[in-house]
Amino acid sequence: MAQSENRGTAPHLIGTSGDSLREAFGKALVELADKYPDFVVLDADIAGGTGTHHFRKAHPRRFFQFGIAEQNMMAAAGGMAAVGLIPFVTTFAVFCLRALEQARLSIAYPRRNVKIVASHPGLDVGPDGASAQALEDLAAYRAIPNMTVISPADPLETALATEAIIQYEGPVYMRTGRSPARRVLEQDYRFELGKAQILNEGSDVTIVACGVEVARSLDAAWILEKDGINARVVNMSTIKPIDREMLLRCAEETGCMVTAEDHNILGGLGSAAAEVIVKDKPVPMQFIGVRDCFGESGEPEELAEKYQLTGPYIAEMAKQVIAKKGMV
Amino acid sequence: MVHLNHTYENFNHYASTIRRYSLAAIYHAGSGHPGGALSCADLLAYLMNREIKWKPENTGYGQENRLVLSKGHACPALYAAAAEQGLLQKKALLELRKLGSLMQGHPHVGCLSWVETSTGSLGQGFSVAIGMALGLRYKGELSRTYVILGDGELQEGEIWEGAMFAAHHKLNNLCAIIDYNKMQSDDLNENIIGLEPLPLKWEAFNWHVIQIDGHNFEQIEEAVEEAKMIKEKPVVIIAHTIKGKGVSYMEGSPLWHGSVKLSSEELEQALSDLDTRKEDIGRFLDGAV
Repeated sequence: MAQSENRGTAPHLIGTSGDSLREAFGKALVELADKYPDFVVLDADIAGGTGTHHFRKAHPRRFFQFGIAEQNMMAAAGGMAAVGLIPFVTTFAVFCLRALEQARLSIAYPRRNVKIVASHPGLDVGPDGASAQALEDLAAYRAIPNMTVISPADPLETALATEAIIQYEGPVYMRTGRSPARRVLEQDYRFELGKAQILNEGSDVTIVACGVEVARSLDAAWILEKDGINARVVNMSTIKPIDREMLLRCAEETGCMVTAEDHNILGGLGSAAAEVIVKDKPVPMQFIGVRDCFGESGEPEELAEKYQLTGPYIAEMAKQVIAKKGMV
Repeated sequence: MVHLNHTYENFNHYASTIRRYSLAAIYHAGSGHPGGALSCADLLAYLMNREIKWKPENTGYGQENRLVLSKGHACPALYAAAAEQGLLQKKALLELRKLGSLMQGHPHVGCLSWVETSTGSLGQGFSVAIGMALGLRYKGELSRTYVILGDGELQEGEIWEGAMFAAHHKLNNLCAIIDYNKMQSDDLNENIIGLEPLPLKWEAFNWHVIQIDGHNFEQIEEAVEEAKMIKEKPVVIIAHTIKGKGVSYMEGSPLWHGSVKLSSEELEQALSDLDTRKEDIGRFLDGAV
């Protein structure tokens, strides 16, 4: 709380919770188990990493161990859904890439009610290095028809999204996260699939972010405010279907836009937003993300700095895009 | 062992019908995979007729057992078998691979609910069947899940992921049937990536292995009944078959794996090999079925 108190009224940060999104997800599954008896959890020997160890302990009969074999797990989830269960496929985001074609043919094409929940996305993975840092998952899963794609911003939203995707009938890909996450949403926040929220009002530029970049975008808004720039910050936690109305409204009202994601700059949130903007309300845009390269070992914050994903870089990009207003 | 007191004439007749319609459908489609459809026609005829309990209204929903064709490219045979069960109009079979048709080039459960899952990418149907068997057991249902695999398909790593999983979890309600015609797209298995010793591989993965002649209905029946008695393991039936079975110029030739275009002369010869009546050959050629 101390952080946000020092920051005056503009950016809306609620400090750190100490909880990672994966922990929030794992605990939410336990909370929701009795209310939704039809969901089951599938693991590929990384329950401790994905947060599902909480569920394994609480509901061992509803927990299925697939071993280190993600392709079989992914397609088998399609089979379990075919007989009326709601399987949660849980693994690291990078292994969701490994089983991408199983998700495509055995889940998305038949529109099976499977929830793929991926921990360890992006540079947020940290020291494990490039092999584990999935920077392509949003692009890949977004390109699959029938697939809904979500990347929540904080533990509270992760917990709420977990229930929302159980209630939603159809295939979903949801990112969680490895590192302790900052809280950005108020306790009374209501998650709605496909709906973005404005976390910070502003009229000079809109920063549209997802996942860990939402907190960093609020950092950027704070930096910009000191320079007299009012930045609007939008939490676009549903990347597909994207909230077109919100994007168009923000483009109309602020006249320029920056997107921010812990993902390759190609194909993810930025691309999804640009597809809407360029067609229906062209305004200058800029993109924060990993610039089509692999990551490396390092602490998440060190990597965010090196790969230019932090608040100051977002703020700088915002200034650049503001300067181009009226040129489109 | 259950020995039913009957001849297998009906099954032979059923399988011949599957073969004729499969070939006619591929001829009218202008493409498709005849070799592997013909090799599993007898297996499909038996399973569709005996093991899948179709509901009277033929909606395809709620059948007692499940059958997944993991080698989805053999779907002309599955569609023809379904037509024999009244799930499809025979005329519709000739819409195979056509725009807007329910008979997609590989089975799609979004078009035909009774195909259970969408297949066509090898290895996946096996895992889906495993998920079905696991889910049905979890729900306390007693029905069985059958899955037909191609031999070339066994080169997919996913198969062995699934084989390990199914044995570890003792999925005794799962029965895999390998259409072991010894050939794949380009050549003999042994010239691509050899599968032998195949029975030993499955035994080593802790499956119960039964080997049969996949064109002999008595052996098919005995194997399927034996599988029901196995309680501690999943069962794999290695069905030795002939690629292109029943058609003189296709038998034993990987050239007819597909996707191939059949000429009218080739269809005529094939139907003749299958003891089709002359007037019926004309109907198949004209699409007037």
